[in-house]
Amino acid sequence: MDLNNFTIHELRDKLRKKEISSEELVNRYFKRIEKVEGKVESYITLTKEEALKKAKEVDEKLAKGEELGDLAGIPVAVKDNIVTEGVKTTCGSKMLENFVPPYDATVTKKLKDEDAIILGKTNLDEFAMGSSTENSAFKTTKNPWDLSRVPGGSSGGSAAAVVSDEAVYALGSSTGGSIRQPAAFCGIVGLKPTYGLVSRYGLVAFASSLDQIGPMTKDVEDCAIVLNNIAGYDKMDSTSVNREKVDYTKALKEGVKGLKIALPKEYFDDRIDSRVKDKIYDAVKVLEGLGAEVSEVSLPHSEYALSTYYIIAPAEASSNLARFDGVRYGYRTENYNSIDELFIKTRSEGFGEEVKRRIMVGTYCLSSGYYDAYYKRAQKVRTLIKKDFEDVFKKYDVIISPTTPTLPFKIGEKKEDPISMYLSDILTVSINLAGVPALSMPCGYIDGLPVGMQIIGKAFDESTILKTAYAYEQNSNYEKKTPEIK
Amino acid sequence: MDISKEDVKHVAKLARLEFSQEEIEDFTQKFASVIEYVEKLKEVDVEGIEPTYHVHPIKNVMREDKVGKSMDRDKVLSNAPDKETGFFKIPNVLD
Repeated sequence: MDLNNFTIHELRDKLRKKEISSEELVNRYFKRIEKVEGKVESYITLTKEEALKKAKEVDEKLAKGEELGDLAGIPVAVKDNIVTEGVKTTCGSKMLENFVPPYDATVTKKLKDEDAIILGKTNLDEFAMGSSTENSAFKTTKNPWDLSRVPGGSSGGSAAAVVSDEAVYALGSSTGGSIRQPAAFCGIVGLKPTYGLVSRYGLVAFASSLDQIGPMTKDVEDCAIVLNNIAGYDKMDSTSVNREKVDYTKALKEGVKGLKIALPKEYFDDRIDSRVKDKIYDAVKVLEGLGAEVSEVSLPHSEYALSTYYIIAPAEASSNLARFDGVRYGYRTENYNSIDELFIKTRSEGFGEEVKRRIMVGTYCLSSGYYDAYYKRAQKVRTLIKKDFEDVFKKYDVIISPTTPTLPFKIGEKKEDPISMYLSDILTVSINLAGVPALSMPCGYIDGLPVGMQIIGKAFDESTILKTAYAYEQNSNYEKKTPEIK
Repeated sequence: MDISKEDVKHVAKLARLEFSQEEIEDFTQKFASVIEYVEKLKEVDVEGIEPTYHVHPIKNVMREDKVGKSMDRDKVLSNAPDKETGFFKIPNVLD
């Protein structure tokens, strides 16, 4: 049987019909990894032995006729900043090169409780700081559509693994665009849930008021299935929100008749590649044809989002990353004569350049004399950005835009210029600042490279985003492709 | 505002980081470009606007004051770069 590019829902049905066993599935995925990993480099750590052991257990449960969930027996890749008990979690950093967590993140535990099969841990920009995975201390993941280009970041390893079929689906994390941007660059579905919907316990903190874990999948139905399994209140994360459980697969087929779609003019301005914009307009026309109503709106503070983000995120990071001091875990410098020397040398040797830059920017913005001018002002502008979204959502159900201003760029093209790299997140950071959910999905190709459409929703209204995405996916008229990895 | 090498050295000290002579030139320039970029916020009128430190109105989440199970000590120490008799080991901090 050909196993190319199957989704969770397809494999779930095959496992139940006994057309394939979980063990066979896992073996095939490792064969696929063997074949393409040398070129794509999605993973930092592979966990073949544990995966096969777990798969055999699932097969036994299936043989006994036990009732299992949607994820049971199906291979998943987990971003390497989500802790996994007994399996190295490096965050793509020399600082945590040998760190073996003594506990599971809540999402890891949820996957394990559902009998998901973790294949390994995926590459990322160091501590999730970057938009290309070039900032990993270990390797640069390649874009499977064109190996000379970046897969996006920071969840680039997860996105590349899914589109090259080295995993059925993956978990990523987003602080400013780290799920949607790589999903767009690799041509998969990626969702940044509402802040507080998915527990952050065990996600190595970058910017705590912005970070969220989310699904990266081959289609929209899979996205809903994964969200069903990772969402929910967790007493271990005091910022997770206690709400009634939603079945996100329920709304998928509701259709978009009468749905009010807003297109923010600031997200279609001159900075955006016009070919990318055209693909989004085409996709919106499909939704319009299905009965959605489309209007142009304004999110007037959009031009300040990136500056706001590059104060708040580094400020929170400088505080969060203070914990890496060479005392309790992680890297420790070899030669030191005092505690201060231990701290300074450990941190200077253990962190990479971009991480140091952000710690420095954050420290500067929080330092005496600058706090009000930078940090507090940024938090006020954040209020204005959030209000822009609230105003639009009074009248509209979803906001649609491109996910990225450009197509995937070349490896090395932006690495030496931090600002040009930061600009690749210009259409995604506002969403994290406002705390609302947003999804990226493929909507066609230009020169053989995928284009991503971003669908933004109201806080905790993932269902409306997913039904919009599903309606487009089922009715889109572009020819769907998979990358030939060469 | 202009960022000097001295500013960078001062902030580095606060962040417990250090840069070599070769690194500092390039770092100062890139650091300055980021600060210059974020200065754009000075244009925004924020008079009377409250800051958003957090997107949801959650405040002071408390739990019942009950003794729970702690992580096993060996597990806690399993990643320690240096340890002795059940403690993390660091250089002398008292003269």
